[in-house]
Amino acid sequence: MADLKLQIIAQLNLKDLKPEDIGDDQPLFIEGLGLDSIDALELIVLLQQEYKIKLSNAEDGPKVFQSVRTMAAYITAHQPQKE
Amino acid sequence: MSASVLIAGAGVISAIGNNIAESLDALESGKAGMGDMHWLDSSHHGKLPVAEVNLSNKLLAERSGLPATITRTALLSTIAAKEALADSAIENFHELRTGFISANTVGGMDKSENFFAHFLSSHEKGKLRNIIHHECGSATELVADQLGISDYISTISTACSSSANAIFFAARLIKHNLLDVVIAGGTDALTKFTLNGFNTLMILDHEPCKPFDENRRGLNLGEGAGYVVLVSDRVASSLKKKPYCSLSGYCNANDAYHQTASSPAGTGSFLAMKGALEQSGLSPADISYINLHGTGTQNNDISEGTAIKKLFEPSYPKMSSTKSFTGHTLGASGGIEAVFSILAIKHGLIYPNLRLVTPMKELPFIPETKFLKNEKVIHVLSNSFGFGGNCSSLIFSKL
Amino acid sequence: MNVYIRSTANISPQKTFGESYPPDAAVEYIGNRLNCIEPDYAKLIDAKLIRRMSRIIKMGAVSAMTCLQKTGLNMPDGITTGTAYGCLEDTSVFLTRLIENEEEMLTPTAFIQSTHNTVGAQIALMIKCHHYNNTFVHRGFSFESALLDAMLLLRENHITHVLAGAVDEITDNSHAILTRLGLYKRKPVSNFSLLQSDSKGTMAGEGAAFFLLTNRSFPDNCAQLNAMHTFYKPHGIAEIQKNIISFLGEQLIDINNIDLIITGKNGDKKGDEIYKQLEHSIFTNHRTMHYKHLCGEYPTASAFALWLATSIVKEGIIPAWIENTDSNQPAAKRVLIYNHYENIYHSLFLISAC
Repeated sequence: MADLKLQIIAQLNLKDLKPEDIGDDQPLFIEGLGLDSIDALELIVLLQQEYKIKLSNAEDGPKVFQSVRTMAAYITAHQPQKE
Repeated sequence: MSASVLIAGAGVISAIGNNIAESLDALESGKAGMGDMHWLDSSHHGKLPVAEVNLSNKLLAERSGLPATITRTALLSTIAAKEALADSAIENFHELRTGFISANTVGGMDKSENFFAHFLSSHEKGKLRNIIHHECGSATELVADQLGISDYISTISTACSSSANAIFFAARLIKHNLLDVVIAGGTDALTKFTLNGFNTLMILDHEPCKPFDENRRGLNLGEGAGYVVLVSDRVASSLKKKPYCSLSGYCNANDAYHQTASSPAGTGSFLAMKGALEQSGLSPADISYINLHGTGTQNNDISEGTAIKKLFEPSYPKMSSTKSFTGHTLGASGGIEAVFSILAIKHGLIYPNLRLVTPMKELPFIPETKFLKNEKVIHVLSNSFGFGGNCSSLIFSKL
Repeated sequence: MNVYIRSTANISPQKTFGESYPPDAAVEYIGNRLNCIEPDYAKLIDAKLIRRMSRIIKMGAVSAMTCLQKTGLNMPDGITTGTAYGCLEDTSVFLTRLIENEEEMLTPTAFIQSTHNTVGAQIALMIKCHHYNNTFVHRGFSFESALLDAMLLLRENHITHVLAGAVDEITDNSHAILTRLGLYKRKPVSNFSLLQSDSKGTMAGEGAAFFLLTNRSFPDNCAQLNAMHTFYKPHGIAEIQKNIISFLGEQLIDINNIDLIITGKNGDKKGDEIYKQLEHSIFTNHRTMHYKHLCGEYPTASAFALWLATSIVKEGIIPAWIENTDSNQPAAKRVLIYNHYENIYHSLFLISAC
């Protein structure tokens, strides 16, 4: 999850934050980190670029991106198997 | 100040027709313009429907009198602007104080994209003629020079409300007695830049769009151009041909909620419509027809719908989104829809909102789904709401 | 109805913004490009907002917000912005990724920040301004159109303040392209000797200048904006002279009532020929100064000139740093600005002391 936090910080240009500042279960959207719909789209691209996971339905976003932990769980569950 | 501003001419080109007559035929027969991309060379071919004008750059160039190497944005603009000018039949046009206020969002991006692909590999590469008209204002000037207009020229770019803003800026120039005749509206050509840009926002429908439908999935991008010829009442009274109608109200408001999303309450939309009504001295009950912004995105339609509910309840005029025909033509949409609005007044028409199957459950009204003629269309409200919260509404009124 | 400039702010290649203003001396640039001296934006913009604002948006937003802060006004009744090139950096980023990734895996941020109205929209977003908001993008008339729109608004409605301004940036890509188009000096020069260089080309510039306009007489008004006029592709020097003379005539004055003329001379031999001919005709024996050695050449550079004229009229002196003179020069109460961009876009402004 530490790596994931670094990727989130880079993708969303959260320059002032360090991984330690983002709690594993902290809400990412609305409250907590206060991210918005554009950030959700950025995270969708992050999943694709770094983890080769395609989230084609934007409406699944809120569930998947609820916190770093839910994101990590989703990645583990959906990451394509390496040959 | 001139008391009123009248519409003396109009011109339009879009996926449903290359001029007014063809457009009216398509609107009546329900023939929408979206389909597979034909001219745009994108990897989304076959996946994303778009509404392209059915003429190649070569044919557009022949009709416009500009070279085929010029940006498609300017080619479309010239054709529609020339139709508008001819339609207005102002015999002493060049003796009057004339202006051209055009709008676009992409400028010459269709050519710049090609230039940039080469430029990226080396700064010495790429044909300069492909980048020289990149700026939004360049497309405007190519057309103004073609039309012989030089007293006042400008270009507006406020995303999807661009050409509505152009039309009403033009009206104010006339009202302040700075100009006598202004051709105003907008143009935009389809580009990979905008197609991919909108795709990243995940608001493109992979099927033909269904504005104001409960199960809508997004918009389809389109291209085209639409212009009206605005004149002062003094010029109007000297014309042989009767003007279409007047531009009786207009308002520009800002949602100030988010860079791209509209506020759930539709604040900007509400203020724009309300302001236009106040300006025209009309009440909501006077509106015969609303030409909706109606892009077909989840967000826009609920936002616009909520604003309409708040302003018009309990009784609602007939309304429809003609983007169900033309797609969302971005910088051209306000101009194209202004032309459709004035034609609605002239011919007593109500256009259908295509592919509306399940009305939105949140709204107490349903857009019109059939084409109607011989209707009493006296006052038309045309909405254009864009990114950056830029919301503009225009009201056209029968004379 | 009179229009006044109540406050102004300018981020430019000189120390024109914030605490470093007024500078002791002008900043020298050697090459063919002048870049803005920018404030520490982190101190001026909330961290949550700043992450989604590219350079040009920060320049425009900060310049506009400073205008408001200077007067204590929270909310203008309208915002009009001019930009010829728009948000170039974001456009370039998105386009580059589009080409390199072959239309795959693109992110929205650069796209939404690339639209021309983003600066004006961002200002509205920051102060929750629901009022009139417009953006003009017409090359060398972008600023003038925004200003005209603002002036018309002040005459039409029951409003008192409109924020009007312009912003344009240079990016490495845009500079490379414009260099290929032959706009700039081939060999490096110093901006201090730019206007005396007798060769083709100028130096690239950039900047963000905003003005809070009002139709009321406030005690802190900086200057009166008496009039503005634009004309397009004039056919020769006679037509230019005619425009200048009738512009002044409409204000019931003539050239002898002008204390200072500021012109847009930019060091390009061909373009400067016009200013030379005016200096030998209707501008003869009139105190004249220039500004593009300070800000460079760009389509909305006339906004820098208006800022300069406003500062001069307000402060009652012509500071030494502008022309590298030894001391400040006496006041100018009535200033005429004449600028042309590429001999296509010509503009005139008349400003006077309140």
